[in-house]
Amino acid sequence: MAQVQALFFNMFEQGFLFAFLGLGVLVTFRFFRFPDLTAEGSYPLGGAVVAALLVSGINPFVATAAAMLAGAAAGVVTALVHTKLRINNIIAGIIVMTALYTVNLRTMGRANTGLLDTPSVVGDTVALVNRLGFHLTENKFTTIAVTLALLVVISLILVWFFRTDLGLAVRATGQNEAMIQSLGVDVDKTKMVGLALSNGLIALSGALIAQNHAFADIGMGIGILVAGAAAVLIGEALFGDRGVGWWVFAAIVGSLIYQFLVAAALRVGLNANDLKLATAALLLAALALPRLRLRGGAR
Amino acid sequence: MTPALSFDKITKYFLRGTPNQVKALDGIDLTVEPGQFVTVIGSNGAGKSTLIKTVSGHAIPDAGRIELEGRDITRLPVHRRAGIIGRIAQDPQESTCAMMTIAENLAMAGRRGQPRGLRIAVTGAGKARYRELLAPIGLGLEARLDARVGTLSGGQRQALALLMATLSGSRLLLLDEHLAALDPKTAETVMELSARLIADRKLTAFMITHNMAEAIRWGDRLLMMHRGRIVFDAAGEAKRNLTVPMLISKFREVSELGLVEDRALLAQ
Repeated sequence: MAQVQALFFNMFEQGFLFAFLGLGVLVTFRFFRFPDLTAEGSYPLGGAVVAALLVSGINPFVATAAAMLAGAAAGVVTALVHTKLRINNIIAGIIVMTALYTVNLRTMGRANTGLLDTPSVVGDTVALVNRLGFHLTENKFTTIAVTLALLVVISLILVWFFRTDLGLAVRATGQNEAMIQSLGVDVDKTKMVGLALSNGLIALSGALIAQNHAFADIGMGIGILVAGAAAVLIGEALFGDRGVGWWVFAAIVGSLIYQFLVAAALRVGLNANDLKLATAALLLAALALPRLRLRGGAR
Repeated sequence: MTPALSFDKITKYFLRGTPNQVKALDGIDLTVEPGQFVTVIGSNGAGKSTLIKTVSGHAIPDAGRIELEGRDITRLPVHRRAGIIGRIAQDPQESTCAMMTIAENLAMAGRRGQPRGLRIAVTGAGKARYRELLAPIGLGLEARLDARVGTLSGGQRQALALLMATLSGSRLLLLDEHLAALDPKTAETVMELSARLIADRKLTAFMITHNMAEAIRWGDRLLMMHRGRIVFDAAGEAKRNLTVPMLISKFREVSELGLVEDRALLAQ
């Protein structure tokens, strides 16, 4: 019983932290309809930037915001490579992802950085709340509460953004580029906005997870796009396609379920080394099952 | 008066510099007055679509100059000239966004050519306006503002595309066989709506069609194209007196002329 309970707490803690990644992947994978491999570099970039800044004594809120901006900048670079040099968007992502590996190493100065002795966003928030007369200690619950609060704020901003004039133009860029262009929109710019937004969220996820795990590692981004896409697809399988608000909600729930599946698989004895294979299989199943069902229906 | 549109020796090649090079437009000279509704006919490969695309920016000419209301737009990217140009293609998928709602599509069109910021796109006032615009079309779209455009029929989508093309700011309407994918009855409805919008908003318009009767019935000027050239141009009285047999014989005439030219070329 205690084990099941722990599994659920773990799902919420890791799932909410991971959900920012899910939202970031949602923007490119669903709205722009291409798998943006920049994610594999911008996720560890978030971790590397936050680690380097925290170690040098910067306030965790500032460090986390800086990590997010760094991710957004990586997205802008991918957008520029794609739009100005007319290089295929997947190749552009791969190029930036590869370049970021070095950037991340240089940022941290080594392959990994421990963050056990540095403050964190959650720890500082708890300290702030305690100043109002509470006596909380930092634990799983405070992490869940603080992360959820941030997630709600970001989700609301995201849903609002995708209902504005600019947000509509960004969505339409991924869905009917020729149309939105004929309405006078410079799609080079909307692509930049979308990729900055996506990679900013992904870097935020990396920064928060590095603080939570008290550890930033150069390899933390490997397979992260597949994980994020799996979360998006799980959410979509559950809630279908019902508009922006639902998509955002579905990506969050999908992230929770993905983390639950990972934790459950590890707990029933899956070797951690086999995790990426299991994740790939999960994504493959999520992609292939609807197709198989369609084919069956057409018969 | 400045012409709405003027073409000065517009030439466009496809596959230039390859053995398969095609001269899609061969030194087109054409002036269109404001408010003129021009229908364009011609066989496949005559250059009709390419002509319209050089105006919308989807094709950039290899030589010549195009002026839109006196401004040189020859090499301007699509989005920088879209402020006053509405274009509808043959495929209903192209001119509307299937994943978004009717209201969202209209909201996007409502900001044609204007900067897009962080204002909520679909507002209550906007929806009321869209209902007023949609109701007279008689397709029931005014009751389905929040429905995805992908759930509409081809005719409904083209009607919506027409409203989007004329909603704000556009003074030139380009119709590239916009009825071709529709059944005859729906095509009639959409055509009447097109003509009404062109007249009401005093738009300059180009309409490509494969249907000669349509080209004669609508508009006040008719162009026939063949191998990248305008081979027949009738306006006013001459256009009103045209009949389908007259167009067909004209068509034969230029086609045979083309054959003769080909033979002459081969002989050389």
